[in-house]
Amino acid sequence: MSTTFHEIDLEVEPAISRIEGRSQWQLTWRRLRTDRVSMIALGVIVVMILLAILAPAVAALTGHPPNMAYPITGENAAGNPVGPFTNGFILGTDSTGRDLLVRILYGARISLFVGVVTTFIASVLGVAIGLMAGYFGGIIDTVLARFTDAVLAFPYVVLAIALAVVFGPSLTIIMIIITFFSWAGIARIVRGQTLSIKEKEYIEAARSLGAGPFRIMFFDILPNLLAPVLVVATLYIPQAVVFEATLSFLGLGVQPPTASWGNMLADASNFYTVAWWYVVFPAAALLITTLAFNLLGDGIRDAMDPRTERLLAARRLRRKNRKRKGAGGIAGTGPGPDFPDPVRIGQIP
Amino acid sequence: MAIVGYLVRRILTGIVVVWLVATAAFFLFFARPVITVARELAGRAATPQVITEVISNLGLNQPIMTQYWHFLDGLLHGDLGYSYYTQESVNTILKQDLPPTISLVIGGTILWLVAGLSVGIISATKARSLFDRVSSVAVLVGLSMPVFVIGELLILVVFLPLNEHGITWIDTGYSGPTSGLSSFFGHMLLPWITLAAVQAAVYTRLSRGQLLDTLGEDYIRTARAKGLSERRVLFRHAVRAALTPVVSQLGVDVGQLLGGVVVVEIVFGLGGVGQASVEAVEQDNLPVIIGFVIIAAVFVVLANLVVDMLYAALDPRVRIT
Repeated sequence: MSTTFHEIDLEVEPAISRIEGRSQWQLTWRRLRTDRVSMIALGVIVVMILLAILAPAVAALTGHPPNMAYPITGENAAGNPVGPFTNGFILGTDSTGRDLLVRILYGARISLFVGVVTTFIASVLGVAIGLMAGYFGGIIDTVLARFTDAVLAFPYVVLAIALAVVFGPSLTIIMIIITFFSWAGIARIVRGQTLSIKEKEYIEAARSLGAGPFRIMFFDILPNLLAPVLVVATLYIPQAVVFEATLSFLGLGVQPPTASWGNMLADASNFYTVAWWYVVFPAAALLITTLAFNLLGDGIRDAMDPRTERLLAARRLRRKNRKRKGAGGIAGTGPGPDFPDPVRIGQIP
Repeated sequence: MAIVGYLVRRILTGIVVVWLVATAAFFLFFARPVITVARELAGRAATPQVITEVISNLGLNQPIMTQYWHFLDGLLHGDLGYSYYTQESVNTILKQDLPPTISLVIGGTILWLVAGLSVGIISATKARSLFDRVSSVAVLVGLSMPVFVIGELLILVVFLPLNEHGITWIDTGYSGPTSGLSSFFGHMLLPWITLAAVQAAVYTRLSRGQLLDTLGEDYIRTARAKGLSERRVLFRHAVRAALTPVVSQLGVDVGQLLGGVVVVEIVFGLGGVGQASVEAVEQDNLPVIIGFVIIAAVFVVLANLVVDMLYAALDPRVRIT
């Protein structure tokens, strides 16, 4: 008798462990890992961050400090930049004969720092403002939501130019400007989510247990907002990078001789005809970075979308079906026109 | 008529908005010490006496509220004041600089909407096709590119090689439509593409997603079941409904378009309002700056009015009241 019980136990245990719940984050990571594009994007971002951190090491390795001009080896007879792989300059030099590779890596430090820090601050601000607007409603919501809309609709480059000139261009000022124009989009999303979450039963339960508004907002609602905020934040980083580059391009951001992709490209526009590399390499660095963040953000959003699971399942089914057809299967087997097209279930953004 | 009342109300609120923006700009820039402007104007070797004289000539020694009152008074009479440096009337400067900007905005917007929406619609109807995949990649690249990089790359890979081979139709700088349409298009083509590229990417993405969602709705199935042609189902039933969120996004993006205009004008040397406003800001040329700010505010207000009317025209559930 006792042996049978033992056997049953053995049978039941693995079944229980198989249906063990996974958290949203675990599920997301599992789905994200199967997405080749997102993984490549993540790899590119990690490499970019490493290169930015190691910029001084690269400078030491090449023997070219970022702001050191080499008028003899770094410029040709006409005083123009020298091309890639000339005189030990791997990516060539810029207009004053400085090492382009080293400067691009130093520019990466600025771009990534500005992108990540401003997005983080903007996310905190946006979450706080969106939460309050959505939770309290009424006059607080009206004022905050109108303010948010006003910031979103404002021609921000114009105001940014004005602010940068009034306060004098510096890294701090452009980070404040970028943050000021970034929180609104996040606040709008958070507000919308809060409006729907606060009507859920568990919020009512929390309230009936005597939880105050701040406890409910930050302990009951906030954890459910982190997923959409993470997606939006990942997509805001490249925008902040682009914004910094644009301001620096206009001469209102990072000031020379400090290297920034924006001010390098502004300077490069005077050397189109003689130094294509001066335009192409900083532009490529900028594009690769922003593209990687955009791809990763899209990937995370897909991975967090519960509809993606069905989409992947449908794709697997279709692939199987195609294989069967290729092996000479009977036409009409497998999902026919009645099978809902996965795209109609959920959009692929 | 409800629409007349609506328009009157919208225009009145629009005027209030423009006044608020102008006031904000006025005080923002007057917060700076006026002495820098005067020193700049008076030249390097100016004595303190000359500087005081310059300040009083410009009326900058009056109390700020008096200056503000003068400013408002002029504004009501359509007089925006005179440039500190050239003594030209701001109205004249605006008249000079507006044509390139207006050409850029109109052409760029048309290209942006036509390209964005048509690619989005084709991608949605042929989801997962080669076209869809290629356009999705192009959209992401477009989204990742700053406006000035697109402009610079276009100059590098289109304008310069063509020019080298003697094809000078495509050119930088500005040439008005009155001095030859062909030359006008040649000068504006690259700026239009540059301005449209980023925005078109956003709208391709948005319209594709919206249309895919709409095509899954039951009423589309009903329309198909009634035996309507696919074209009719798509354009009369699906696209119209899918476009409403796209149009409301348009209201938000109109303001951002101006930022792109500034950059495009500088990259291609079009010499419009955007380029001039950056110069004016750098020189502390207050009357000119405020003139530009007012023009920008009027543009945003008008564009938002058009967008809201469009919204009502597209979606029968939205009533203008």
